[in-house]
Amino acid sequence: MIEKLTLYFQYPFVKYALIVGVLIALCSSLLGVTLVLKRFSFIGDGLSHVAFGAMAVAAVLNLTDEMMLVLPVTVLSAILLLRTGQNTRIKGDSAIAMISVGAMAIGYLLMNLFSTSPNLSGDVCSTLFGSTSILTLTEREVILCAVLSALVVLIFVLFYNKIFAVTFDEAFAKATGTPADRYNLLIAVIVAVIIVLAMNLVGSLLISALVIFPALSAMRLFGSFKGVTICSAVISVICAASGIIISILAGTPVGSTIVAVDILAFGLCVLVGKLTGATRE
Amino acid sequence: MALLTVKNLSYGYDSQAILTDLNFSVNAGDYLCIVGENGSGKTTLMKTLLGLREPMSGEIIPGDGLKKNEIGYLPQQTIVQKDFPASVREIVLSGFQGQTGLRPFYNRQEKAQAQENMQRMGIEALADTCYRELSGGQQQRVLLARALCATRKVLLLDEPVSGLDPKVTTEMYELIRSLNHEGITIIMISHDIASAVRYASHILHIGSEVFFGTKQEYIDSKVYNKWIVAEDQSLTTDH
Ligand SMILES: Nc1ncnc2c1ncn2[C@@H]1O[C@H](COP(=O)(O)OP(=O)(O)O)[C@@H](O)[C@H]1O
Ligand SMILES: [Mg+2]
Repeated sequence: MIEKLTLYFQYPFVKYALIVGVLIALCSSLLGVTLVLKRFSFIGDGLSHVAFGAMAVAAVLNLTDEMMLVLPVTVLSAILLLRTGQNTRIKGDSAIAMISVGAMAIGYLLMNLFSTSPNLSGDVCSTLFGSTSILTLTEREVILCAVLSALVVLIFVLFYNKIFAVTFDEAFAKATGTPADRYNLLIAVIVAVIIVLAMNLVGSLLISALVIFPALSAMRLFGSFKGVTICSAVISVICAASGIIISILAGTPVGSTIVAVDILAFGLCVLVGKLTGATRE
Repeated sequence: MALLTVKNLSYGYDSQAILTDLNFSVNAGDYLCIVGENGSGKTTLMKTLLGLREPMSGEIIPGDGLKKNEIGYLPQQTIVQKDFPASVREIVLSGFQGQTGLRPFYNRQEKAQAQENMQRMGIEALADTCYRELSGGQQQRVLLARALCATRKVLLLDEPVSGLDPKVTTEMYELIRSLNHEGITIIMISHDIASAVRYASHILHIGSEVFFGTKQEYIDSKVYNKWIVAEDQSLTTDH
């Protein structure tokens, strides 16, 4: 088995997949706690559908660089969703459902009507579940992913205390002079970037799992925001790395393997949490 | 000039006014209690004073150079906070957020002051404990320590003793009184009229009838006496 691995790691695409996978897993776990606790997880879900739609349009237009379309569209939708979420007239949830399901339907429709690909359902499937895309990354995509991931981590660290304040108690933050709306916007934009990144790794349907599972796992073990943040980053990185390696060895789809490992880790954390009584129900 | 002057204020939800034409003012060092029945609009008034909601009409005028980031606030608790992974220290420190501007981390002075505020509230031993594992009284102390980090001037408290047992309630009231004696202006919502009358210097009563004045004026007022009688009656019919 070790031999098989060393053989595989001689191929650059396997190395790329591992590097990018670990970086993306790191970013996507950072905002997990915020998304879960701010009840923003539905925004993440909605955005992944939008990203799917954008990806479909990019495929139909035969763009060589899909990210150039998908990234701005998703970021824009994030801002829009946040705005409508704050608007009391249209309820946030239904706005998200409208935009996300709409984007998905149109995306699939466009792909069906205009796609020149001989294997349409295969294309759709890989956009949804990210089946093999991670192993076919070009060097340029790897660099772009690496730069974006590094940027996300840097911004997260610099705004860590502000993100905490706005997540823990938005009303208090606002009342005492923190420009909470600006930071909410920042969070939404980072989430959008993370979703576009994560789409490469696990496909659009499994993004929420990648974002939320490590956070939920870490919350079983730690009682401080810092502890949970660091722990969920570690869990996410380990799960992604082992998921990628398992999928290479066993020939399973990358995205679902990583998520399966994440679920396993969650089960383990629930168990450990119960045994040590680290957190009370 | 008063610390806070409220002029002809109308407030409510979606063009549905809860209260119209409210007038009162708070001077530095005052202890104002806002009383009234459940649902009479006390929390909404406080949110309007804090700028969390737009007033429908009228004005809220800050005085004495009071700035937005010099206000401390203790909200009525929400459910989201209850399962939040956060240590006591993290929460108390976050009280400084309004003053940090774009600076990413808390400085040494802020950390020391957070420590001092935890000491005053008697929670320094709990600094690294998770908030959700604390008792109700301890949680309120944490939120009060956070509010103290945000201000040296004025504290707005929304039912700080709800859900606390009688002993802890008295401790909480004494803590708030000692803060007031140190010169911090208190604006507190309470449904406990007896304690309001005991501790406050001024009372704002809202509901179908509105009253604003000093404690003594309130005790002599019709509003107060009507309410006391009504409370007595509901108590006797309960038993
Ligand atoms: N978000 C909201 N939207 C619409 N109406 C609300 C909202 N929150 C409270 N209300 C209504 O406003 C009134 C005053 O509520 P509130 O200020 O919480 O009262 P109090 O704090 O005095 O118990 C109540 O009748 C309540 O039903
Ligand atoms: Mg209330």
